[in-house]
Amino acid sequence: MIKVILITGRSLDQGTSKSIGKFSKEYMEKLAICELDPEDLKSLGIESGQNVKIKTKYGEVIVKAIESKQAPHKGIAFMPYSMWANLLLGSSTNSSGMPTFKGIEADIEIVKEGKIMDLNELLEEKIGVI
Amino acid sequence: MKILIKNGYVYDPLNKIDGEIMDIAIENGKIVESVSGEVKEIDAKNMIVMPGGVDLHSHIAGSKVNAGRLLRPEDHYKDVEKKTNIKRSGVGYTVPSTFTTGYRYSEMGYTTVMEAATPPLKTRHTHEELNDIPMVDKACLSVLDNNWIVLDYLSKNELEKCAAFIGWILNAIKGYGIKIVNPGGVELWGWGKNVKTIDDQVPPFNITPREIIRGLCKINKMLNLPHTIHLHTNNLGTPGNYRTLIESMKCVSDLSNGSIVLHVTHVQFCGYKGYSWITLSSGASEIAKFVNENKYVTLDLGQIVFGDATTMTADGPFQYILYSLSKNKWINADVEAETSAGIVPYRFKKKNYVNAIQWSIGLELTLLVKDPWRIFLTTDHPNAGLFTSYPKLIAWLMSKKAREKILKKVNKRAKSKMILPTLEREYTFYEIAIITRAGTAKALGLKNKGHLGIGADADVAIYDLNPKEIDPSKDYKKVRRAFRKAAYTIKDGKIVCKNGEVVENISGKTYWVNVDIPKDLLISTISEVKEKFEEYYTVKMENYAIHENELLKSAPLKINSNL
Amino acid sequence: MKTINNVVCSFCGCLCDDIEVNIENNKIVNVKNTCSLGLSKFLNYDKHRILKPRIRKSKEFVNVSLEEAIDECVKILSNASYPIIYGWSNTSNEALRIGMEIAELIGGVIDNTTSVCHGPTIIGVQDIGESTSTLGQVKNRADLIIYWGSNPLHAHPRHLSRYTALSKGRFVKTRKERKIVVVDVRKTATASIADIFIQIKPNSDYELLSALRYAVNNGEIEQNEVAGVPVEKIEELAEMMISCKFGALMFGLGLTMSPGKHRNIEAAIALVTDLNKYTKFVILPMRGHYNVTGANNVTCWTTGYPFAVDFSKGYPYYNPGETTIADIIARGECDAALIVASDPISHLPIESARKLSKIPIVTIDPHETPTTKISKVVIPSSYVGIEYEGTAYRMDGVPLRLKKIVDPPDGIISDEEILKMILSKLRGD
Repeated sequence: MIKVILITGRSLDQGTSKSIGKFSKEYMEKLAICELDPEDLKSLGIESGQNVKIKTKYGEVIVKAIESKQAPHKGIAFMPYSMWANLLLGSSTNSSGMPTFKGIEADIEIVKEGKIMDLNELLEEKIGVI
Repeated sequence: MKILIKNGYVYDPLNKIDGEIMDIAIENGKIVESVSGEVKEIDAKNMIVMPGGVDLHSHIAGSKVNAGRLLRPEDHYKDVEKKTNIKRSGVGYTVPSTFTTGYRYSEMGYTTVMEAATPPLKTRHTHEELNDIPMVDKACLSVLDNNWIVLDYLSKNELEKCAAFIGWILNAIKGYGIKIVNPGGVELWGWGKNVKTIDDQVPPFNITPREIIRGLCKINKMLNLPHTIHLHTNNLGTPGNYRTLIESMKCVSDLSNGSIVLHVTHVQFCGYKGYSWITLSSGASEIAKFVNENKYVTLDLGQIVFGDATTMTADGPFQYILYSLSKNKWINADVEAETSAGIVPYRFKKKNYVNAIQWSIGLELTLLVKDPWRIFLTTDHPNAGLFTSYPKLIAWLMSKKAREKILKKVNKRAKSKMILPTLEREYTFYEIAIITRAGTAKALGLKNKGHLGIGADADVAIYDLNPKEIDPSKDYKKVRRAFRKAAYTIKDGKIVCKNGEVVENISGKTYWVNVDIPKDLLISTISEVKEKFEEYYTVKMENYAIHENELLKSAPLKINSNL
Repeated sequence: MKTINNVVCSFCGCLCDDIEVNIENNKIVNVKNTCSLGLSKFLNYDKHRILKPRIRKSKEFVNVSLEEAIDECVKILSNASYPIIYGWSNTSNEALRIGMEIAELIGGVIDNTTSVCHGPTIIGVQDIGESTSTLGQVKNRADLIIYWGSNPLHAHPRHLSRYTALSKGRFVKTRKERKIVVVDVRKTATASIADIFIQIKPNSDYELLSALRYAVNNGEIEQNEVAGVPVEKIEELAEMMISCKFGALMFGLGLTMSPGKHRNIEAAIALVTDLNKYTKFVILPMRGHYNVTGANNVTCWTTGYPFAVDFSKGYPYYNPGETTIADIIARGECDAALIVASDPISHLPIESARKLSKIPIVTIDPHETPTTKISKVVIPSSYVGIEYEGTAYRMDGVPLRLKKIVDPPDGIISDEEILKMILSKLRGD
């Protein structure tokens, strides 16, 4: 397990794949991910492409760990804006109007079981509608 | 609808009618000789009937105005308008939302308003807001004096091409006239600098403010535009600047041939004598003397009203000075290859020496300039005061007593320096009609506005005042009240306000000049300009142009140029 | 084949207006001059489309006529006591103008995505103003360009070539004549092409901005480092800022979304304002959606406030933190929602998304999203800028007209037209 600061944000892949469709294979492939610094991958003892579980005090999610091309950023995990990322965020704005989408403490661990849920599964499991 | 306004005291200066009891007939949105059949009669007995008010300089729409709205939530909280069955909701105070702006003008009997400065690149925004300002007809003046292509042409003295380009711009963006704002100085503000005199060089254009003003004055004539050039002088808001103003007026004297060729706007802000804020005094006497002797200039006031204001102008460097003095929050917004804008909230205080002098300058000028056809009532809304303060200004002009009441409360040192207490003149209703509608419509070249002759637009204001009974000098409060809430406002032949309340929500027209430029000249100029245009700007020339269907009610004025 | 030139791209706030589109049989077959974001939109806009209005009946969606969908929408909105109307950054000003009237009529809250994007930027401006400009000023004059908490190569790929580092201006013509600085927590793609990269510790932008401001105004800093940045580097940057001819600070969500929020923005604006004592300096937010700036402007001229406007009192009321969408949903106060051109279920924190899913939602959107999946009523719309025309504002407030270049699918109309139908039904016309 490693402790990181989670940053969610835009990525080129997020932008291009959302136009292809939010329920497309591409969208999930490009967005259900977490970019980690090579050293952090090493600390976890995993290769780029393996699944990890990310936890914050608000929730947890399984996504694919990817070696960051925008390193170095040891101790910082980056996730593109998406439902996967938002499972980890709190809804309070501290009366500012703006939830905290960046700079959140998170734990990352190797996943032994469990898989990455697709959007339909997330909607069913986490929202509970479909 | 046909309307007959009966037995009112009619003030229609363009037709030389001075308080005669007359009937005014309206049909199909126009003033007609007479009406018959089913007619809505308005009993205007013991009331004043005037053409609808025409404001020739106000900031009501566009990027700068909206930035002013955004900047000041604290300003809106204290002045809200609820939605009614007729009116959309909105907010005041100094920079009202669009719908509220339209309603409040209309409730005072105004029917036409000129947005006084808009950057061509952002004029699409201005038109979107004008579309959402109901009740009044409107138009916008385009800021063109610091436009790079204009400066390039002027510096090479290629006036014909420059005129063709300006004609193209006005057509393309649906503008009404040429606005000049701190010529040369605003371009230098792109580097955080400014000019100090009208003969300073503006690098790299190798041109001076004097040459810009003169060039545009000539071009205005070449294009045969309905309004003259509309000048906001250099050194605005700086002690000693009345000299710059007089120099600027003088610099076009040879271009006049007896006609009016220059309008200087919010002249109060350029009427300062003295060498510092401490020695500030009024330059009204000198300016009035010049204007009385030189008939080719018109002025509008920019009268200070004590209280809250939001200063906003394309004069970026001036706004920075005001920010540095006041330390209030400051917006600067430069527009590529064209102009700038600055916004600073400000409160004019009676006890403040400088503010009190500023207040006196506007009134002194209005009382000292003899010809009311050449000085117009404005507050440069929302810079020196709000347009909703016009009734207050009318009362000050009509009543020495009203002025004295304020004079008792202003800064004592300021009062001791003013000539205002010695001025006895009191405006008549006829003169008020000139400085608020007839004169402004004439200056803007809106031939169907500002009068009640046959064929004029049926834009009429009726005020509940009996000029035979009331003495405005004493009863100035009654005057103020009446002008605040028109008994009737009639727009395009419809009764839109009654007792100062909107009774029908209508959309006004947007005027713009459709200048006819010789085809060959236009084509050769545009092909010459195109490459430069796309080098200077970040948008394509095609996308800069606004289609007529983007205007809610487009009203082009066909102009035959002298090119 | 037909070629249309100077098309405005409706993806991000850059609103590039030099796109060339080739069309054959009402289909876009080729696009030139876009970045990969724009390209993907132009070539894929017709995928994952919703083609029929639908209503959720018990658990299943049932396709219905447009009229039926509108009726159901009107029923939901009129029965609600505190409805929210949200989205607007991916549609035209014309559509929002109608939206404003609907919000006013039903006494709801209207908010746009600014709320969870550059909302803090606006609050910062309301507190102290800003020195800003259009992007052409930067292109023509800027010899120092700073990107802070913003990665344009990913979010606004043509920003550098059209407006900043790589653009050709009248006074500054080449990349060599400009210094590019990037401040970020990661060495982003943009950072790797900068002259100077300053890697800052997460959540410490306010400290670094304040230190810079101190260095600009007062000189020497006592500490050895601030926000993980050595003081020498801070002083070097301060010196660069003071001595440039025209500086531009472009900031992104790195400042608005991390702790500090509007205070971060105020610190950045204050720094830029102070720099104007020495030189010319402007600050510009990197706005995301193509018309989020338009949404702010329309909302502002109609009500005096640029987002988060509450009409429940019959007049516009604004108080970020209270009338902002994230807070209203988190407090569980709204009882119906009309969502236009947005996907809040994907983009709100999970707890808020869950609360939102419990109330009846009407969504107007061209394509399938998590929000359309959980909506009660879905009305498909056409794409503004591809299938319908309209006005949008670039991130710097420059207004542009979006073109219609192909016909929408059969039976699909625009947001603007759908909203007009809703408004007219609500009014009982």
